[in-house]
Amino acid sequence: MMQTLQEILSRLCSLDRDVLAIAWLSLRVSLTAVGIGLVLGIPLGAFVAVARFPGRSAVVGLLNAFMGLPPVLVGLALYLVLSRSGPLGPLGLLFTPGAMIAAQATLATPLVAALTQQVVADARVHLGEQLRSLGLSAPRQAGAMIYDVRFSLVTAALAAFGRAISEIGAVLVVGGNIDGYTRTMTTAISLETQKGDLSLALALGLVLIGLVLVVNVAVALLRRHAARVYG
Amino acid sequence: MSATPAIRLEDVALSLDGRTVLDHLCLEVASGSVTAIIGPNGAGKSVTLRVIDGLLRPDGGTVQVDPHRRAFVFQRPALIRATAAANVALALGGLPRRARAARVEEALARVRLAERARDAATRFSGGEQQRLALARAWAVEPDLLLLDEPTANLDPASTEIVEGLVSAMARAGTTVVLVSHNLGQVARLADTAIVLASGRAVEHGPARQILFSPRTSEARAYLAGELPWTPSVVAS
Amino acid sequence: MDPFRRRILTLGLAALLSAAGLLPSADAEPTSIVVASTTSTEQSGLFKHILPLFRETSGIDVKVVALGTGQALDAARRGDADVVLVHDRPAEDKFLAEGFAKTRYEVMYNDFVLIGPASDPAGVRGLGVREAFAKLAASKAAFVSRGDRSGTHSAELRGWKEAGVDLAAVRGPWYRDVGQGMGPALNAASALGAYILADRGTWLAFKNRADLVILVQGDPSLFNPYGVMLVNPDKHPGVKAKEGQAFIDWLVSPAGQQAIAGYKVGGEQLFFPSAGALVTR
Repeated sequence: MMQTLQEILSRLCSLDRDVLAIAWLSLRVSLTAVGIGLVLGIPLGAFVAVARFPGRSAVVGLLNAFMGLPPVLVGLALYLVLSRSGPLGPLGLLFTPGAMIAAQATLATPLVAALTQQVVADARVHLGEQLRSLGLSAPRQAGAMIYDVRFSLVTAALAAFGRAISEIGAVLVVGGNIDGYTRTMTTAISLETQKGDLSLALALGLVLIGLVLVVNVAVALLRRHAARVYG
Repeated sequence: MSATPAIRLEDVALSLDGRTVLDHLCLEVASGSVTAIIGPNGAGKSVTLRVIDGLLRPDGGTVQVDPHRRAFVFQRPALIRATAAANVALALGGLPRRARAARVEEALARVRLAERARDAATRFSGGEQQRLALARAWAVEPDLLLLDEPTANLDPASTEIVEGLVSAMARAGTTVVLVSHNLGQVARLADTAIVLASGRAVEHGPARQILFSPRTSEARAYLAGELPWTPSVVAS
Repeated sequence: MDPFRRRILTLGLAALLSAAGLLPSADAEPTSIVVASTTSTEQSGLFKHILPLFRETSGIDVKVVALGTGQALDAARRGDADVVLVHDRPAEDKFLAEGFAKTRYEVMYNDFVLIGPASDPAGVRGLGVREAFAKLAASKAAFVSRGDRSGTHSAELRGWKEAGVDLAAVRGPWYRDVGQGMGPALNAASALGAYILADRGTWLAFKNRADLVILVQGDPSLFNPYGVMLVNPDKHPGVKAKEGQAFIDWLVSPAGQQAIAGYKVGGEQLFFPSAGALVTR
C-alpha cells in the first residue's frame, strides 16, 4: 500500500504539460457548461416556482427527475442529434469540445432549475406578498427573489459543477476522447485504467479531486466574503 | 376628514380552505383618514387589508379602492438579503438613479437608520427591520398606507419612531388603514375605528367613541378583554 | 436599474461571454479529419507515435475516436468519421459491399496472442489455436471475452468455431463477457486469472499484467490484418475526402509504413507494415 502511494506521488510529480492541458480542458468545458446551466436553469426554475399554470406540478416533478439524468443517455441522445446524419449534423459539433459543453449543459440545466425552483419557492413564502404589494412586475419579483437566494444558488452551481466535471458517460460519447482535443480528466483516467496503468490513472484522479477542491474552496471563500457584506 | 370614501367594500365574501373568513363585509374608509381595524384574532382583519391591497381576490362583492399608489407594511417585515438601501430601493425602479439615491437616503433618515444604509438588512434587529419596512413604504410616496400590526414585536423606542412617521404621513394626506391590538396606539393614531367580528364589520365610528363607549356587544366583549395597562391600574 | 438587478445581469452576461468564447470555431483550427479506429491501435500508443509525423508533412490534424471495430464502422456509416482504420475483414467487406467505402487498403498487421495465467490450468501452452480453444472449452477455465463486436471479439469467435466448439451450448459462468475494450478486458482477466485473446500491441503496452503470460502465439490463424478506408463522400457529403485520402496515401507510402514499423514498446515492434502485401494476398 505504502509502495503504491509512493508510486502515485512520484507519478504526480512527473505529470507533464499534457496533463495540464487536459485539466484545463476539463475545467473550461465544465465551467462553461455550468455557466450555460445557470443562465438557462435559474430563470426556468424561478419561473416554475413563481408562475401558476396547468401541469406545473408535472414540470416540477420532471425537473426533479432530470436531476438524475444518466449522463451516458444524454451523451447518446446528443450523439444522435449531432451526428452528421442527425438533425444538427451540419453544425459539425460532434467530437468537439462544443459537443461536450452541450452535453454537460444538458446535465447541469435541470439540476440548477430544480434547485432554483426549491429555494425560490421557499423565498416566495416570506417575500411573495411583499413584492406583489410593492407593485413589481412578475419578472422583477422573480429577479428580487433570485437575488434574495443567491447564496443558495451558489450551492446549486457547485453541485452542477461537481456533476459536470466528474461525469464521463456524456463526454466520452459526444467528445470521442480524442487525444489533445477532447480528452478530459475523466476520459483520460478511464483510458489509463484500460491501458492497465493504474498508478497513472490514480494520479490523474488526484489531480481531478484537486481541481474540484480548488474550485469549491475558491467559491466558499467568495461566498463567505459576500455573506459577511450582504447578510 | 373628506366626505369621499377612498375605499369601499360592499358585500365582500371570502373563504379560505373552506372556512368563511369575510362574511358579506361592508366598510368605507374616508380619504385622508387614519382608520383602525380592531377585533379579536381570526376576525378577518389581516385578510381585509390584503383584499384592499389586491393580494387576495374575494369570492363575491365589490371592492373599490381609489388610491393607486399603495404601500403595505406586514406584521413580519419581508426583506431581501441585501443592504438596507437596496431594500428601500426595491420599488423605486422607475426613478432616475440620482433621485432614487436621494429618496432612499431620506427614507432611512426618517426611521433613524441613515447610518446603516450599507448594512445587511437581514442582520437588523426586529425593530430595525420593521422600521426599514416602513421606510420602504414611505419611499414609494403612497396615497394609501396599509399597516398590519406594525409594532407588535417592537420596543417602545422603535414603536415611537414608527408611530411618528405614520402620523407624519397621515398629516401629509396619506390615507392610513391600521390593524392593531394595541389600543393605546389606536387611540394615539386613529381618527376612525372599525370593529370586525367573524368577518363582518359590527361597528364603525370615531375611534374615541368606539374605544370608550362601544355600542355593540361584540365590540364591548373585545374591549373588555383588554388587560389593564396604565400604571395606576397596575398599581392598585 | 436597481443594484441587484444590475448585478444579476452582469453575472449572466459574463457566463454567456465565457460560453461564446469557448464555442468551437472550425476555422481557428488547422484542417483536421476524424478517424474512427479501434481501441487496440489507440491503447497500444501507435497513433501517438505516427500522427505527429503525418501532421508534420501534411499540416493535417488527425483526431482519433477509438471504438470497437463494429462501433467504428457504425460511426462511419452515420458519417461521423472521414476514415476508418479497423481489423475485422468480414465486417470491412460488408462495409464495402454496402457502398460506405469504395476501396480498402491493407495497411499493417499484428497478431493475436492467447494470454492466460502462468500456471496454465487448462494446459494450452504452446498448442495451436484449434487445440487450445478446444481445451479451454473442455476445462471450463475462466475466460474473458471482449463481447463488444470488435475485431478481437470476432477473432475469438472464429477461434471457437474452428475448434468445433458450440459456444452457445458450453457457455457458463466460466465465460465472462465483459462488453468492453481491450484494456478493460485485460484488466478483468488479470484480476480473475483468466484466459483471454488479445492483440499483441495492446498486450505489449499493457502494464497491469499480474501473473498473465502469453501461452499461444504464432499460429497463422492469429494473423490480424488492419485495413483503412475512406468513407464514401457520395454517401456523406460532409466527409473530408481530400484530407482523408491524403492520410490514407501517407499511411501506405514508404514514409507511413516506416513510421508504423518504427513504433516499438520495450524494444519490440508492435505493428508490421503490409501495404505491399496487399497485391499478392
